[in-house]
Amino acid sequence: MKRTSGKFFVVMVAVLSVCLLCVNAFAKEPYKIGALLAVTGPASFLGEPEKNTALMLQDQINKAGGINGHPLEILIEDTKSDETQAVLSAKKLLENDKVLAIIGPSTTGESMALVPILNTAATPLLSCAAGAPITQPVKDRTWIFKTPQYDISAVEAIYGYMKKQGISKVGIITISTGFGDAGKKALIEIAPKYGITIVAEEKYGPKDSDMTTQLTKIKASGAQAVINWSVGPGQVVVTKNWHALRMGIPLYQSHGWGSKKNIELAGKAAEGVIAPLGRLVVWDKLADKHPQKALLKKYTQDYEARYKGEPGTFGGHAYDSIMMIVEALKKVGPDKKKIRDYIETKIKNWPGTGGVFNMSKNDHCGLDKNAFEMVVVKNGDWSLLK
Amino acid sequence: MLTVFLQFLFSGLTVGAVYALVAIGFNITYNATSIINLAQGEFVVIGGLMMWFFSESLKLPFFVSVALTILTAGIIGFLMERLTIKPLKNPDLLLMIMITIAVSIVLRGILMFSFGKEPYVYPAFTEGEPVNIYGAIIQQQALWVIGITGFCIVLLFFFFKKTMLGKAMLACSVHTTAAKLVGINVSRMVMFSFILSAIVGAIGGMAITPISLMEYDKGPMLAVKGFCAAIMGGIGSNRGAVLGGFLIGVLESMTAGYIHSGSKDAVALVILLVILFLKPSGLFVSKTTLDLRKF
Repeated sequence: MKRTSGKFFVVMVAVLSVCLLCVNAFAKEPYKIGALLAVTGPASFLGEPEKNTALMLQDQINKAGGINGHPLEILIEDTKSDETQAVLSAKKLLENDKVLAIIGPSTTGESMALVPILNTAATPLLSCAAGAPITQPVKDRTWIFKTPQYDISAVEAIYGYMKKQGISKVGIITISTGFGDAGKKALIEIAPKYGITIVAEEKYGPKDSDMTTQLTKIKASGAQAVINWSVGPGQVVVTKNWHALRMGIPLYQSHGWGSKKNIELAGKAAEGVIAPLGRLVVWDKLADKHPQKALLKKYTQDYEARYKGEPGTFGGHAYDSIMMIVEALKKVGPDKKKIRDYIETKIKNWPGTGGVFNMSKNDHCGLDKNAFEMVVVKNGDWSLLK
Repeated sequence: MLTVFLQFLFSGLTVGAVYALVAIGFNITYNATSIINLAQGEFVVIGGLMMWFFSESLKLPFFVSVALTILTAGIIGFLMERLTIKPLKNPDLLLMIMITIAVSIVLRGILMFSFGKEPYVYPAFTEGEPVNIYGAIIQQQALWVIGITGFCIVLLFFFFKKTMLGKAMLACSVHTTAAKLVGINVSRMVMFSFILSAIVGAIGGMAITPISLMEYDKGPMLAVKGFCAAIMGGIGSNRGAVLGGFLIGVLESMTAGYIHSGSKDAVALVILLVILFLKPSGLFVSKTTLDLRKF
């Protein structure tokens, strides 16, 4: 009896190992895509949620059986928020890892550095940065796409709402960084189209602790509203100063305002602040039939369960970039040219976290001012404005 | 017109008060050791963030939090001196200044890992409506900042002029060897100077955070502005540091108000350069005094 059981085990082990080999042989080759993200460095507040999102989606997709049976492999490279590092990492991903597409980088500067490289390598790049020059002019940017909304769309959303409110004279205050400068340019450029005059134009540094002076000047200029364009602590300081001065005119913030943290930090002062926000932060206020609602709900809840924090708009950009590639892979398989063509021609009425995308030959972002909702802070929470 | 001018002035004084405290912090270490402690800005950040930690995160009462924050800052100042300055076999000025830069980077790293990159804030010391003076508005917390700065200045003045410890610290700065010969424990005085400057910086941080928010990397900017203030007033002179701090704050605000907010940092620096051209030792220090110093 003992001897038979010994033999039995040997046979079992042999059979099992053959089976394992078979499984390995049948498992399909993974689809590799690259992710160039600013995980460390000054832009790490962008790269961190983007990286988290990439890891979470990779797990979810592979758990659900991968893409047509092929596991998805996202190779994350840290660009350290630096252009040179981004270029080096991109070359590594393209030459050593032979990725099918790349998502990121997180900042406009890094993305611009990669435009010529990815165009030459004929590999799709889905940038997570907002700057308009990343995808314009489209004829020189065949392989380049981006998922964040244009700054100009946020400005249009604000001006459109102001027009309805009868506001025609505004004072703008911007932070002296790339984000602020791009916003300022857009604010000045589009104003005439909406019949708006900019009567004061002020600036402040990213570490400044008091903007009362600038706001006082805006008030003295006869503006009917203030628009602040910044990310980071500056927008909270402006809000607090605006509240303390009792300016008597409404304060508008950029789309960088969309974090509950800002309401927490500004406290009572945040009441009444208006901003154009992507629907990710207000998903629970949307009508049930809204095309973005279901996916926003799932993404936010999954993210919060896994990382104990809000994903913010930035994580959403990575989500959109990855899901577009995944869909293309599912439909056309691992062919770079076909993936590019699919994204350009087939991403129509495609709900993502940033809005409902409509890519085309002339627009490699596919979002306009309709990607934003005008949101006011009311009782310490967001509230949609109609 | 007056209203607007006053508003610019108040804004400048609020910001200037913190520059003044940082400048005084520079002076305290400078007076005892002749080195510029470039981690001074980080002490301000530590003050703001630790105060948040004790009062908001641990929900301790206000005065307990203040005491614990001052204690923490003092301990960090103490450790900094004992671990990095004292062990030096051959204390070279330039080397010590490099060490303080290194310490500031390390402190910033530790703060980033323990607090993250987000800004922090806690409620103002007194709740209530801002004060209205001729139509210009000043937040209550701004009055606190200016008041606390004034209080620190008076306290430090008496400390250095009237107490034995303060006089002993001053003596070290005048001549180290002479101070040793009359029986002053120089090494201990250096240690005290680091503790004291850390505490002064932390007090500034505690006061300013409800207005300006505090995040881990605010230190370098404060250090640069405070350093300008100290140089403008004449390094080593506390009177000069206070005046320099308020002057830079008000100049920045007036530039932003009457010229353009984009050029405020530049104008303050240009005025600093002009002052240094005309009076290289700063406003309140005579050239002879400066020549006697090592650095």
